Amino acid sequence: MGNSNGTVWLPEGASTVASEIDWLFYFVTWTSLAIMLLVVGGLIYLAYTYRRRSADDAPQPIKESKLLEISWVVIPTILVLLVFTWGFQGYLKLTVAPPNAYEIQATAFSWGWSFDYPNGASSNNLHVPVDRPVKVNMSSEDVLHSLFIPAFRVKQDVLPDRYSSVWFEATREGEYHLFCSEYCGTQHAEMIATVHVHSQTDFNEWLADAAMDEDIPLPELGERLFGQQGCQQCHSIDGTSGIGPTMQGLYMNDRLLQSGETVTADENYLRQMIIEPTAQVVEGYPAGVMPSYARLSEREINALVAYIKELE
Amino acid sequence: MSSATATHDGGSASAAGSSEAPNYLNHQKTIRSWLLTLDHKRIGVLYAVTLATVFLIAGLLAIAVRLELFMPGETIMSNDAYNQTFTMHGIMMVFLFIVPSIPAILGNFVLPMQLGAKDVAFPRLNLASWYVYMIGGALVVTALLVGSVDTGWTFYTPYSSSGSMSVLYMTLAIFIAGFSSIFTGINFIVTIHKMRAPGLTWNRLPLFVWGLYATSIVMVLATPVIGITMILLFLERLLQIGIFDPALGGDPILFQHFFWFYSHPAVYIMILPAFGIISELMTAFSRQRIFGYKAIALSSVAIALLGFLVWGHHMFVSGQSAISGIVFSLITYLIGIPSGIKIFNWVATMYKGSVWLQTPMLYALSFLFLFTIGGLTGIMVGVLAVDVHLHDTYYVVGHFHYVMMGGTVIALLGGMHYWWPKITGKMYNETLGKIGAILIFIGFNATFFPQLILGARGMPRRYATYVEEFTFLHQVSTISSLVLAAGLFLVLGYMVHSLFWGEKATSNPWGAATLEWTMATSPPDPHNFTRTPIVTRGPYDFHLADEVFGPRHVGDGAGDGATSEPALPRETEST
Repeated sequence: MGNSNGTVWLPEGASTVASEIDWLFYFVTWTSLAIMLLVVGGLIYLAYTYRRRSADDAPQPIKESKLLEISWVVIPTILVLLVFTWGFQGYLKLTVAPPNAYEIQATAFSWGWSFDYPNGASSNNLHVPVDRPVKVNMSSEDVLHSLFIPAFRVKQDVLPDRYSSVWFEATREGEYHLFCSEYCGTQHAEMIATVHVHSQTDFNEWLADAAMDEDIPLPELGERLFGQQGCQQCHSIDGTSGIGPTMQGLYMNDRLLQSGETVTADENYLRQMIIEPTAQVVEGYPAGVMPSYARLSEREINALVAYIKELE
Repeated sequence: MSSATATHDGGSASAAGSSEAPNYLNHQKTIRSWLLTLDHKRIGVLYAVTLATVFLIAGLLAIAVRLELFMPGETIMSNDAYNQTFTMHGIMMVFLFIVPSIPAILGNFVLPMQLGAKDVAFPRLNLASWYVYMIGGALVVTALLVGSVDTGWTFYTPYSSSGSMSVLYMTLAIFIAGFSSIFTGINFIVTIHKMRAPGLTWNRLPLFVWGLYATSIVMVLATPVIGITMILLFLERLLQIGIFDPALGGDPILFQHFFWFYSHPAVYIMILPAFGIISELMTAFSRQRIFGYKAIALSSVAIALLGFLVWGHHMFVSGQSAISGIVFSLITYLIGIPSGIKIFNWVATMYKGSVWLQTPMLYALSFLFLFTIGGLTGIMVGVLAVDVHLHDTYYVVGHFHYVMMGGTVIALLGGMHYWWPKITGKMYNETLGKIGAILIFIGFNATFFPQLILGARGMPRRYATYVEEFTFLHQVSTISSLVLAAGLFLVLGYMVHSLFWGEKATSNPWGAATLEWTMATSPPDPHNFTRTPIVTRGPYDFHLADEVFGPRHVGDGAGDGATSEPALPRETEST
């Protein structure tokens, strides 16, 4: 990953706002260190100089110094108002996206990301062009999530039933971590994607390539969707049991349901379980964990069914 | 004890020496007498035992969390187990340990004694608060047995309203435990207003009392809000009324507002009594008046009130409006100033004093170091633009552990060492005490400082696993947490040891000048004082404390500066 360098405290910045935020971070850090040295220095000096020499020490009370008291109210106040003002200016910059920003739609779900681009392309890692403002409009399918790209110094919570957005302008090509930073359950720690920052030409190429859904065969599209939509987080394709049942050899298998009935996992069963996962839950797995994928297009659902059928 | 003790305690030798004198520990001995006691001192001890148990369990959970994070990937437990472990650590530490800790243990024991009172204003309510707390604790255990709670201690919706039903037991537990806080708060406010000894004016109140007073205000005003929030969560879950869950037409951000409207003031519930303890320790072990008594006393009350206006700083990236963010950031800074003033005042208190580096003082100095880091990192996360990067990372985890553990828990440890002779009548081993304090100080810093760096480098919190590049700092943190744990177990060990084999404590081993030291034996009489104290000076006027230092020493229980007053006949004391 490109962000393993940087300074002791911060990963190397890769967006236009990073340098300003880093400067502010270090200003507060160094000022804090100075205050810390003052406090600890004073503490050690006083504790040593006035250490108890005899149990009978009877120090007389000291009159307080008004000047000292006023100075340690006024100086910190000035300092915090200063950092408040800078922090507030930086925050406005982070909040307001430039009007010409390239817009990407992000959907967060438990546990993964899906990014949709203006030309119809879709991916579960984020691809952006370098040196161009990008605005990501976000919504969640289930619980709260949060999009966090440390190298860009940006973070924004993603809510169900409401849009939020985040913008940045990447300054260096490379690959960076994208974390979910709002706790969202079992695989919260694995809800990690990669941000690929391409040159404008590479980005266009990638974009055209990724949008070719219409031309690829169904099982291949299904395989891609199986990854993009996060299916593999719960459903293995190698027979191991995860949060959900494995997909291997599922097709035309007899399934024992929680209701005690047995059904055959034919095409219609697979289709129904994608759209309405709580309808016929298999014995041994909790109901209500899997969200509905009714938002997928008809072709995408067909593709997933076709892919699962092939997993002998 | 050292020679200083003996010198300053000559007069109380008779009281300490006579084992037949009844004290609150030995005048009744049945279990029933403990469980039905109305004595604030015994209730303080009940709380001490209970809370030490909770701290032990929640601390072991923290060690489990650290061990899991020793390596990326699964180390000792699954994701789900990890999520439940950090959730239980958070819930137990916050709601069942730190919130009640100092007020319920030391507040209960010390407050009436510092006021020169026989008990708190409502002794039955005081006992009720312990039972209510125990019911809350039992429900937490039920929630554990019934199912798994993995919501984090913050219960953010809609995650908390969609998972396992055992969340309901947990919310009910917090609702009920909240009443324990409210009872304690009301009790303390009334006690401080109505039960001060003759001559104990507001300007002569020990600063621990001021700290407890400010805390009690927050307890009474803020705790109902968490209660209401938990009930709303409960109703939403049970009756499917849409309040927070967007699927039912509710608003998840509303929950965060409600939650932090309590939980931020709750931070002050946790830290204000700690400030009080530090004021007591800095003065007693510097034998010097506190620098800026009024500034410290009133800034506690200012912090308590301003504390209600800053909750939104937990929500800078939640989707609340930018204007709210800016206003909350500004008020957050205003509240930082009084805390800063206190730090400078405490340091300045040592000037021209006589600094005695006993274990409680080591804790006080380590508090000044750790809480300053906690406060300064708090300034950092209050900077709007920087908080966007730091929010929900280990920087925040490091920050609040510096405040909660480096602040409150260290102050509690300092306070427990300071009042231990008064509570138990025994001295702990001073050498082991110092070793323990230093181990804890080193272990603490080496555990949590790497977390600040981890967070700034982008490590999100509540992660059961992590990307490779964070491994080294996590390993430093985990190894150091074992040093910290060793220090804490050492403290537990010599404290328990001292109960049985400790040297007998004299009534005022530290040469302190507040009433619980100058007027009462160790351990105190069941009624605290054998005569009503009359107060003629401030709590830190060591130069006027003739009964502690002066030649006109007239013996134990002579009173706080009351040597010039005619002694009250014993018959007139209330029973």
